[in-house]
Amino acid sequence: MKLIYTDCLVVGAGLAGLRVAIAAKERGHDTLVLSLIPAKRSHSAAAQGGMQASLGNTVKGLGDNEDVHFQDTVKGSDWGCDQTVARMFAHCAPKAVRELANWGVPWTRVTKGPREVVVNAERITIEEAEAAHGLINARDFGGTKKWRTCYTADGTGHSLLYAVDNKAISLGIPVHERVEALSIIHDGERCHGVVARCLITGELRAYIGKSTTIATGGYGRIYEVSTNAIICEGIGQALALETGVATLGNMEAVQFHPTAIVPVGILTTEGCRGDGGLLRDKDGYRFMPDYEPEKKELASRDVVSRRMTEHMRKGKGVDSPYGPHLWLDITLLGRKHIETNLREVKEICENFLGIDPAKDWIPVRPTQHYSMGGIRTTPTGESPQLKGLFAVGEAACWDMHGFNRLGGNSLAETVVGGMIIGKYVADFCDDNDLVLDTGLAKRYVDKVRAEIDGLIEGSGTENSWELKSAMQRVMMDYVGIFRNGPELDEAVKQLKALLARSVNLGVSCKKRHANPELVEALRVRRMLKVALTVACGAAARTESRGAHAREDFPQRNDKDWLCRTLASWPDANALEPTLGYEPLDVMQMELPPGYRGYGADNAIAHPDTAKREAEIAELLAALGPNASREAIQQALMPFELPESLRPANERLADRLNGLVNTDTTGSPSTPNIAGDDNS
Amino acid sequence: MSGRILTFNIFRYDPQDAADKPKMVKYQLEETSGMTVFIALNKLRQEQDPSLQFDFVCRAGICGSCAMVINGFPTLACRTLTAKYPKGEITLMPLPGFELIGDLSVNTGKFMRELAERLKLWLHPKGDDLNIHRLEDPMDPEEAAKLYELERCVECGVCVSACATKQMRDTFVGAVGMMKIARFELDSRDGRSADDFYHVIGNQDGVFGCMTLLGCQDNCPKDLPHMQQIAYLRRKMASTLL
Repeated sequence: MKLIYTDCLVVGAGLAGLRVAIAAKERGHDTLVLSLIPAKRSHSAAAQGGMQASLGNTVKGLGDNEDVHFQDTVKGSDWGCDQTVARMFAHCAPKAVRELANWGVPWTRVTKGPREVVVNAERITIEEAEAAHGLINARDFGGTKKWRTCYTADGTGHSLLYAVDNKAISLGIPVHERVEALSIIHDGERCHGVVARCLITGELRAYIGKSTTIATGGYGRIYEVSTNAIICEGIGQALALETGVATLGNMEAVQFHPTAIVPVGILTTEGCRGDGGLLRDKDGYRFMPDYEPEKKELASRDVVSRRMTEHMRKGKGVDSPYGPHLWLDITLLGRKHIETNLREVKEICENFLGIDPAKDWIPVRPTQHYSMGGIRTTPTGESPQLKGLFAVGEAACWDMHGFNRLGGNSLAETVVGGMIIGKYVADFCDDNDLVLDTGLAKRYVDKVRAEIDGLIEGSGTENSWELKSAMQRVMMDYVGIFRNGPELDEAVKQLKALLARSVNLGVSCKKRHANPELVEALRVRRMLKVALTVACGAAARTESRGAHAREDFPQRNDKDWLCRTLASWPDANALEPTLGYEPLDVMQMELPPGYRGYGADNAIAHPDTAKREAEIAELLAALGPNASREAIQQALMPFELPESLRPANERLADRLNGLVNTDTTGSPSTPNIAGDDNS
Repeated sequence: MSGRILTFNIFRYDPQDAADKPKMVKYQLEETSGMTVFIALNKLRQEQDPSLQFDFVCRAGICGSCAMVINGFPTLACRTLTAKYPKGEITLMPLPGFELIGDLSVNTGKFMRELAERLKLWLHPKGDDLNIHRLEDPMDPEEAAKLYELERCVECGVCVSACATKQMRDTFVGAVGMMKIARFELDSRDGRSADDFYHVIGNQDGVFGCMTLLGCQDNCPKDLPHMQQIAYLRRKMASTLL
């Protein structure tokens, strides 16, 4: 048995995993990263539009701060998120953006003076301040009160991933490429590492670490059509599930992005709409203002995706051999804007559709995009059940997204979450010893070896690709944008049947080294378990919240469902997960559940909401009218952060105010110059 | 909808199998509308030969995993439409210049990581007093835009495999290495001088080894201005000698 040990083991070399590795390495810990592919090929590279951080440099972002970002995030989550985590996140996002600038990201910068932008289909001129010249720019995104999404044209993920991977290379952090983790080594209480297989030689290795961090991204590929890279198969979540101990959180929360191209499902960024692009139906009619008069195309993603689907169900979709679609019109932005700020979109249109988006409309429809669910963690990123097992980024349910993620908050989560959780991982490595139980490691290696032997030497006849595509169709047909009881029950029934069949998997290619069929066979059974956690969680949750929209239960039901779904798989031979729930405590919330701002307010209130609102009013009254926003926030909901991340974020307005107003009473709060809306 | 029958000639070789010999194998497949080489290869693997090795990750022209030689030209397979080939005959070879993993799969990752370590391809900040809690240092908006232009490289390896100098001299850094040096040379936040870069690429392995055959520029899937950058670096390097 090949055994490799380190202090900080990270599985997954996208932005979140690399950022954790950097944090641990900077603290002097031996750090090792495993990756299916070269780090720079990770799905993080595909993020186009940008990363939210309340810098407030542009005129449309003036008045932005952690409070506004926090509120947008909580409302975006449909009150499903962990508000403490949302606070930690909003506080550190500006720091992460600035750190990335120091690591080489060429953020698009503000140019002083007037510039033309398209807002609500009209060309208007905004005037950027002289003092903002050269500072980091931001664009508009859905569900945000301010223009807050920092970007590099529409290749933000690419720029960030390259800068962060370069930083990791400069620190000498090794990445074992083309290695796939297949099992978590644990003793029921503490995680000790993973069993992984080299995809080139087929060698099985035990990687032992003080800490193990899963950063393997989302599970979009359990769906037939997804914007995700083809490696986003949920294997990290499956590994946690297969421990039988660790829990997954909110797996039924799956986001559909409104504008993926038809038929292949490749994403066109939300930046298209943020920059002024419109959605049109088969008659060329702009329909979003009819449904969402206030936010229009820039309502949050779950809302826009549902409105598009509703509109297509009314027969307003454009017919195509691949089913109906709608149009994304960015022609009004002009060629120059498209060729500079939306050039990836332009390339995708040219290469996959043969169209010129400066002249032609883009065929789009809502497509699976993001996994809000994942490995359940505490605010420090650790599994509550398995000590030493951390999860970060899309792989995790750290839970700042709740039931719907805002655009620009996922790229931000990778580096901000990695920055924060990386410090807690380093703390863990400081405080704990490596446990090198070779007998334990061998048991897990032997188990994976037996699984491989069974596939290669056994008499199984089921084909992995057939099972996988059957699973993907079930998820697409029955666990999609709109859900209902009978369909979800059908999904669970069919997925269970597929999982039962997967016991009888076989491969026709008998190689033990590089063997794509074997790789597929090892994944599909694990993916089926992940799919079942999504379908069972969705069937059990009889309400609508964020991206989880039940036609038979259209109300958000805070009374019965203000809770996080937990899924575990204690019996390895069972055909479905065990579900449990943890309540979200309204009395601990800084922002108790309220109206989200879309459609009719039909939520069923939680009994504690009114109580908490009264308590907050009392606290505010006690603080008096001159309390700083920091003091108010502390009084309502204190939160912890590693010490080095606690300092306040400076903003341009602070400096300008400082110049104008030199007395010392000035709190860092700033006047809301840009107003409180998107107009 | 019934499409025409495509013929694929695919290079097959498993270097880990001592008994295996490199060969070309012919496959046939019905074309569907909008079919890319990505879609075709996956269909072939699922329906005809499960041992076929190739690499895809994003399948959207973003990650650079799937570069291979298609009918003689190195390019990204994910965004190559089969409709582009009127005869319906498509020959697929692995990228030359990289370690072969098997069939169409090559180890570009290992090459790029070694290159980054050798050329120190990361930002070397001028100051060490960068405070992430304070307002960031301003940067000229045009400089930022230019940097982004040069940073669009996806490390697909096409420029390396299309480079005759690289075929003759294994230690040549290729257009990808020089593009990255140019990107950091341009970055006002980087503390390195032209002299520092001279030590890295002011030789036959770098700017003075290039034969200006333009294979890099002609084939780059991101249309990066390789020749302009190499010429710029040459002028810079020459100026350090004065």
